[in-house]
Amino acid sequence: MTMLEGNSLYGPLDPAPDAGWTGAPPRMGFFTDTSVCIGCKACEVACKEWNDVPASGFDLLGMSYDNTGALTANSWRHVAFIEQPRPAGRRTPPFAGNPTEAAVSAASAAVAAGTRNDTGTDPGVPPGSSEVAARMAAGGEAGGTQFLGMPGARPPGRTGSAEGRTDFRWLMMSDVCKHCTHAGCLDVCPTGALFRTEFGTVVVQEDICNGCGYCVSACPYGVIDRRKEDGRAWKCTLCYDRIGAGKTPACAQACPTESIQYGPLDELRERAAARVATLHERGVPEARLYGHDPTDGVGGDGAFFLLLDEPEVYGLPPDPVVPTRDLPRMWKRAGLAALAMAAAAVAAFVGRSS
Amino acid sequence: MAEAHPVGFQWVMEAKKRGAKVFHVDPRFTRTSALADTYLPIRAGTDIALLGGVVRYILENELDFREYVLAYTNAATVVSEDFVDSEDLDGLFSGFNRETRAYDQTSWQYAGQERDGGIEDTGRERDSAAGLRHESHGMPVAAVAERDETLRHPRCVYQILKRHFARYTPEMVERVCGIPQEKFLELARAWTENSGRERTGALVYSVGWTQHSVGVQYIRTGAIIQLLLGNMGRPGGGILALRGHASIQGSTDIPTLFNLLPGYLPMPHHASHPTFQQWVDSIRHPGQKGYWANARAYAASLLKAYWGDAATPENDFCYGYLPRMTGDHGTYQQVLNMIDGKVKGYFLLGQNPAVGSAHGKAQRLGMANLDWMVVRDLFMIDSATFWRNSPEVETGEIVPEECRTEVFFLPAASHVEKEGTFTQTQRLLQWREKAVEPPGDARSELWFFYHLGRRLREKLAGSDKPRDRALLDLAWDYPTHGPYAEPSADAVLREINGYEVATGRPLSTFTEARDDGSTAVGCWIYTGVYKDGVNQAARRKPRHEQDWVAAEWGWAWPANRRTLYNRASADPEGRPWSERKKYVWWDADKGEWTGYDVPDFEKSKPPSYRPPPGAAGVEAIAGDDAFIMQGDGKGWLYAPTGVLDGPLPTHYEPPESPMRNPMYGQQGNPMRKIYHHPVNRINPSPPEPHSQVYPYVFTVSRLTEHHTAGGMSRFVRPLAELQPEMFVEVSPELAAEVGLAHLGWAHLVSGRAVIEAKVLVTDRLTPLRVEGRVIHQVWLPYHFGPQGMVTGDSVNDLIGITLDPNVLIQESKVGTCDIRPGRRPTGPALLDLVAEYQRRAGLTVERDVPIVTTDAGTDGERE
Repeated sequence: MTMLEGNSLYGPLDPAPDAGWTGAPPRMGFFTDTSVCIGCKACEVACKEWNDVPASGFDLLGMSYDNTGALTANSWRHVAFIEQPRPAGRRTPPFAGNPTEAAVSAASAAVAAGTRNDTGTDPGVPPGSSEVAARMAAGGEAGGTQFLGMPGARPPGRTGSAEGRTDFRWLMMSDVCKHCTHAGCLDVCPTGALFRTEFGTVVVQEDICNGCGYCVSACPYGVIDRRKEDGRAWKCTLCYDRIGAGKTPACAQACPTESIQYGPLDELRERAAARVATLHERGVPEARLYGHDPTDGVGGDGAFFLLLDEPEVYGLPPDPVVPTRDLPRMWKRAGLAALAMAAAAVAAFVGRSS
Repeated sequence: MAEAHPVGFQWVMEAKKRGAKVFHVDPRFTRTSALADTYLPIRAGTDIALLGGVVRYILENELDFREYVLAYTNAATVVSEDFVDSEDLDGLFSGFNRETRAYDQTSWQYAGQERDGGIEDTGRERDSAAGLRHESHGMPVAAVAERDETLRHPRCVYQILKRHFARYTPEMVERVCGIPQEKFLELARAWTENSGRERTGALVYSVGWTQHSVGVQYIRTGAIIQLLLGNMGRPGGGILALRGHASIQGSTDIPTLFNLLPGYLPMPHHASHPTFQQWVDSIRHPGQKGYWANARAYAASLLKAYWGDAATPENDFCYGYLPRMTGDHGTYQQVLNMIDGKVKGYFLLGQNPAVGSAHGKAQRLGMANLDWMVVRDLFMIDSATFWRNSPEVETGEIVPEECRTEVFFLPAASHVEKEGTFTQTQRLLQWREKAVEPPGDARSELWFFYHLGRRLREKLAGSDKPRDRALLDLAWDYPTHGPYAEPSADAVLREINGYEVATGRPLSTFTEARDDGSTAVGCWIYTGVYKDGVNQAARRKPRHEQDWVAAEWGWAWPANRRTLYNRASADPEGRPWSERKKYVWWDADKGEWTGYDVPDFEKSKPPSYRPPPGAAGVEAIAGDDAFIMQGDGKGWLYAPTGVLDGPLPTHYEPPESPMRNPMYGQQGNPMRKIYHHPVNRINPSPPEPHSQVYPYVFTVSRLTEHHTAGGMSRFVRPLAELQPEMFVEVSPELAAEVGLAHLGWAHLVSGRAVIEAKVLVTDRLTPLRVEGRVIHQVWLPYHFGPQGMVTGDSVNDLIGITLDPNVLIQESKVGTCDIRPGRRPTGPALLDLVAEYQRRAGLTVERDVPIVTTDAGTDGERE
């Protein structure tokens, strides 16, 4: 990839050579196609087993079939489940002709947003916003069922709507660390525990991490997280040990439907574009890519996705920006300000002496 | 399928990518529904009405694959004039005996064969689950029958079928199943449009489909559709039974069942099979077509494998040593016998009935009344600890200090800690290597049984009692290796394959088996798995290095054939039905059958071959008899014998239903197996009063995250945390009706038990409109119990014991219950609540469940 504009902190670039690797292999990554995800969570289990990731709590969260809650230091893959009373592609409405009343997905999601799970990590799964959860369940695009405020005390299903629910879809998506081109976590790490690998991925070295936690607030996706027991930061390594040995990361290896695909990023991007085109042809206009664009706020992701709704619906930020983007400009301004101060000070002395 | 078989579901996704349309029928919207093109919510237990609707749609619109149907099915065969259909007898077929609730099948036979075939007393067959015998082959009928190739004869199968299903209209489907007509028609259109010369469609089910009082007839209805549409024996077609876990297919081939011996040879019955010859004749049925004519060789070779040198032609190969059945020895009868104190000991191997079997309370009360019990499992499962932490301990019904059963827990090696084969759903044997040594005292099943047998034989060594001869004469000489003397799994596979006794040469095919004692074969249908002395099951050639049939991956019985009855993939003249669906065909130049798969036909028998008069066995199979294991060489649209509860599927309501059968006066399956026992109270259904005491339908199944009764998942951290609590899924409409809140508690009450669960209110469940009423259904996972990292009440406690008459499988997918907000009571108050419901529903100990609910059929009269 050629550098179009920007610098090491922003804009498109090939991160491994930029980090000083010479003769680096092609950048490797994940393409997660959510249109074929069946929500089996084999990725979560394979990841935990291979990387020996600790337990993340035994609580029923009520967020559909998601009892993991979020990506944390103890969950490096997270399958999100979103129930929505919305049409899916050209499909026949599942409940057409059944004696249904209004949909309850938004209200159930709002209730579930109040649940927490002690994942043994910090900040762990942050308490959800009922309203945001309800909006996710109602669907992110115009035309979807609108969720009007907080769920009331009335039992669900008695919303007074004369219209029964007919459409329904169940979105599933396996989330993971994005291995950003411009990784905020890596940029702010003071110890060098986080580093850029020759594959262009971002990995924490557990024996160097001192647990300062700067990376946690620097991640625009809220991925990286600390374990309470040792205070250190942990996240997906894109199975650095496996890919170094020429193997596929555990999650992609375990995925039965090839929803998680691993390979050279350039190749994955081509495959993803073709898949979107196919889905559009087959009457799934809502298919779109997320994190594939090298000109976005993080310079494009090493792990990108095919989604069937707005990113917010899956709990993803719509327009992530690496917090260090403005660092050069800030330094410039800070430098100018310092120079001006110095000049003013000099002027003051000069003025006095004259 | 995505829920319970995510790995297999990759092929559905692959097919979908190539343009296949996927329909999913299920009471609840699952992960499979999420990926299907069309989802049809259905009232649990009404599948025959739905599929019967498809049969009618095919016949009324003449959409059957006529050439296929004429050549390969019994559509043209004429049935006895004594036969009276269930349409004319209010839900009963002719020959019903109201006293025994069993059929005399004489009137169901093909015309002119009334005296020769059929089972006169299906009651005994029901007790021994005789239907299982037919898993690998058809039932006995004479080879030649009267046919009308024009299909116009009023008593030909085609016309009988047409009349039988005439009332299964789209309106009726809607009334019975709650499936709107438009949705039904979408399914029927897609199924028929995607079948025929150029296209095929597959029907896939998981074993929950069989767990009904009419389970066998569900699959029969599917088979009728697939035969009418020409989808059997052809690529992309078939009926695919997804098994519940690894090697379930293997455990019927080499059975863990009371009524079968390896290779579907029946376990002898003390009255029917007193001699070897009578036993063999009952299998091979002299005079019928097909490969079962060689049954004597399979039987003799099996006994030779069991008793080695002791088995000789002179002593009928020690046939006298084989145990005999005396009646129903099924698992549920055994459990009730345990409660009644008739059983002393119990082995549980990789089975967790305290959670996984119907009527958990009966299971636990039975286990608490033994002298001893051995549990071999990976973890300390609920069935090993029932005496100290079951619901009955909480209620005081089992007192740990007084429980008489001595429980021995023996740790078992897991599948990666031992070697051997799995036989999977497609009859595919795959060899597994041992990856790691089992930890501590954990041992393989093979080790356990070999050394148990060895020690028993050592203890009996000096015995001169005749009863000990069977054990002492066994050929029990497997080579062992390693510090724990692990028997050789390889040697066992060689024995299963079979060998020539004199030389030890492995047999290549079951046609080499002999009835004179010169061959020993552990399971005749597996012969070939050790062909040429090579473990064929261990072959692992990647699919990218061979054609799409992948014949060099593992080994499939019989004879490494991947699709059964594949002669039907070619037309009667032996030409492929179409280039697109080419699979096996006749090569006239070479004079043999060829193709991508191993042809399921005699290699050099031309399509034009017609048997000489009076021929029997293999010689009697004509060149266009594609269904070679059937007595008449035809696929059976109509089953004149074998299926005990009717030659055609009929919609009956489940044993517990909130509504009257909309189609017949006969409410439920009249032949279903019931057990009168104080512990087994069945909820009332119409026309009995009080069904409204248990007004809601519940159904149960699996979550992807857990495995069956939880023995392999509740104890495993990365799995347990993914579904950490017992829950019940309810529709928004039911939640509103009952007052249930998302993530709140609810409890459910049946005639047997009360359990509690967290509530998930979800749009994935829907009420159904049935006969002008709204029917609510709830769904629960059956994985939870008191042991493990994640615990919860067990839903199978809610279920009563009623069985399918053909194979004695329990109705465990539909029941009725009440559901109420809040947690259940504990201690004695829990029993009071169940008793209060029983009182209101009239479930007294004396009550007889009314089974026959129509007056029709008395004395075989027409209505």
